Amino acid sequence: MLIIDSNKCNACGLCQTSCPFGAIAVEDDVAQVNERCTLCGACINVCPQGALDIERRMVSLEELSHYKGVFIWAECELRGAAYAPKKVAYEILSQGRRLADKLGQQLSAVVLGDDRLIGLECLCHCGADRVLCCRHELLGRYTSDGFTTVISTVIAKEKPSIFLYGATPNGRDLAPRVAARMRLGLTADCTELGIDEKGQLVQTRPAFGGNIMATIISPYTRPQTATVRPNVFATAEKDTTRPVTIEDVPVTLGKANIRTRLIEEIREESEKERIDEAKIIVSAGRGCQDPINLDMVRALARKLGGALAGSRAIVELGWIPHSRQVGQSGTTVGPDLYIAVGISGAVQHVVGMSSSKKIIAINKDPDAPILKIADLGIVGDALAILPKLIDEIERIKT
Amino acid sequence: MKIVVCVKQVPEITDVKVNPETGTLIREGITSILNPFCEYALDHAVQLKSEHKDTEVIAITMGPPQAKSALLRCLELGADRAVLVSDLKFAGADTWATALTLSSAIKAALSDVNLILMGKQAIDGDTAQVGPELAEILNLPQITYGVEMHLTSSKKRLRVKRETESGYEVLEVRLPAVVSASKGDFIRRIPSFEDVLAARVKELREISADDLDLEETELGLRGSFTQVISVFPPQQKQGGIKLEGLEPEIAARQIAAYLREEQFI
Repeated sequence: MLIIDSNKCNACGLCQTSCPFGAIAVEDDVAQVNERCTLCGACINVCPQGALDIERRMVSLEELSHYKGVFIWAECELRGAAYAPKKVAYEILSQGRRLADKLGQQLSAVVLGDDRLIGLECLCHCGADRVLCCRHELLGRYTSDGFTTVISTVIAKEKPSIFLYGATPNGRDLAPRVAARMRLGLTADCTELGIDEKGQLVQTRPAFGGNIMATIISPYTRPQTATVRPNVFATAEKDTTRPVTIEDVPVTLGKANIRTRLIEEIREESEKERIDEAKIIVSAGRGCQDPINLDMVRALARKLGGALAGSRAIVELGWIPHSRQVGQSGTTVGPDLYIAVGISGAVQHVVGMSSSKKIIAINKDPDAPILKIADLGIVGDALAILPKLIDEIERIKT
Repeated sequence: MKIVVCVKQVPEITDVKVNPETGTLIREGITSILNPFCEYALDHAVQLKSEHKDTEVIAITMGPPQAKSALLRCLELGADRAVLVSDLKFAGADTWATALTLSSAIKAALSDVNLILMGKQAIDGDTAQVGPELAEILNLPQITYGVEMHLTSSKKRLRVKRETESGYEVLEVRLPAVVSASKGDFIRRIPSFEDVLAARVKELREISADDLDLEETELGLRGSFTQVISVFPPQQKQGGIKLEGLEPEIAARQIAAYLREEQFI
């Protein structure tokens, strides 16, 4: 239940305006809560006095079974003037569809954004039974506070059994915040999802830098929540004959809800193609020896119409920006072709690229781990081979 | 200003293997280190301290008694004092139980905290969840993946440059707040012999479950919402052809032929 400390409350009314359910009213100089309260927690962070708190009791197993439906957060991004679901949204949609079918339940996609949102019918074409569209001018870009409040409200109202997020930087910022607010079990960065005989979500994820896999369940809390690693699962097939249901969800959000303010956005414009959705990636490691040699790697990437990426080692050396780092503490990629140039292939790197369809590795060290997983491994000096390779490709193309 | 840095001791992960027969972790002979991202968080704290003299940096960790060595490392790197939150009852905590215990320990052991820093993730669990969970429990705003942070002139707000998928963004937040850190753009001073000696006499306080305002059912495995039901070694992707001892020109031709065969060119 929502507890209001009447000694701290100064009847400012911010909680009342922040409540999506009209469950709080200021009366007799103190906030009062009524039966419409869903414990979504939207009011807690808004109160300048810290007068609000939620006491949650553990839900019984009997009550857990009342939570139904698979939900995904379909993260959107700005592409030109349009705000549309990211590729990862379609990847978790395919998984969500599979889980929902197994449970015999509905699949809902939750979308947050502003007036620029488009392409939502595509979520239904790709597997969602319905789209819950949360439109608000303050949702035009991601904020931890704003998105947590809206997702928590949806969960409190809809009571899903499973809620999935993409394990993108924003997804991994949002999911734990929501989990803590709603008191939910959360499993990070899953690479495999299933349903057991009790109808529970079974989540498998790499740990210890990819050295081991762990299978995890959330037996006591609903929804069961997980972030799902991007570029591991195939995107859902599009079927335009599927019915489209888009429901608008009213959003109650004020500036007081959001405690961070954007000062500046710095886009790394130097490299055109982003690595998380690139079909071909040429990736450089410490074996490239000098940042000047990256020109060669970049030239190869261009020749192939691919993107330049790199290992954590060269990011930490400052040769390329973090947004181009492949691996456990960077981005997980799954291109059609991954060419590793002078990368030894530490397990933390390999977990970030092993779902690539084809892997070519060039490394001086015949024992480099990358050569064990490469479809074509070349033991040799990349710096000597690359210029010749670029010439050779040029020759074939013309 | 008072900065708390939450840190974690982790195994040197490249050594960790699963015994394929028992399915359990082989822990023998594995060295423990301070999680690299926690070191970065501490670097940011020390950097802020160098910019604002009246700053105190306190390192805190939840872990077994041997996690003290991670705290010692923090003290050598520039933390002023440290708190070890240790109890057998904390064993088996998932990220939720960890965040709850840490938040309770921060409330119990420290007052008037302006900034809580932590590494963006630990290299063993790799969840990146404890920071946001802790922030929510403490009702504080959060900024994740910070690479640069500065106080505004009023010292009431913090400006944080954070990594995003397409580059960076700069956010401003009113303190107190929780910020998770990535590697910053500064060079860490290697602790001198004097730093190491000085660290040995800095305050290192230990607190246990009894000092926290939490029920026993909220701690460790019992207080965890998630349960690990099995661990196993990952399936290795099988490699293909490995070519050795080729002249660069021949190697280049081999690669080009492969690219053509697979229709990449």
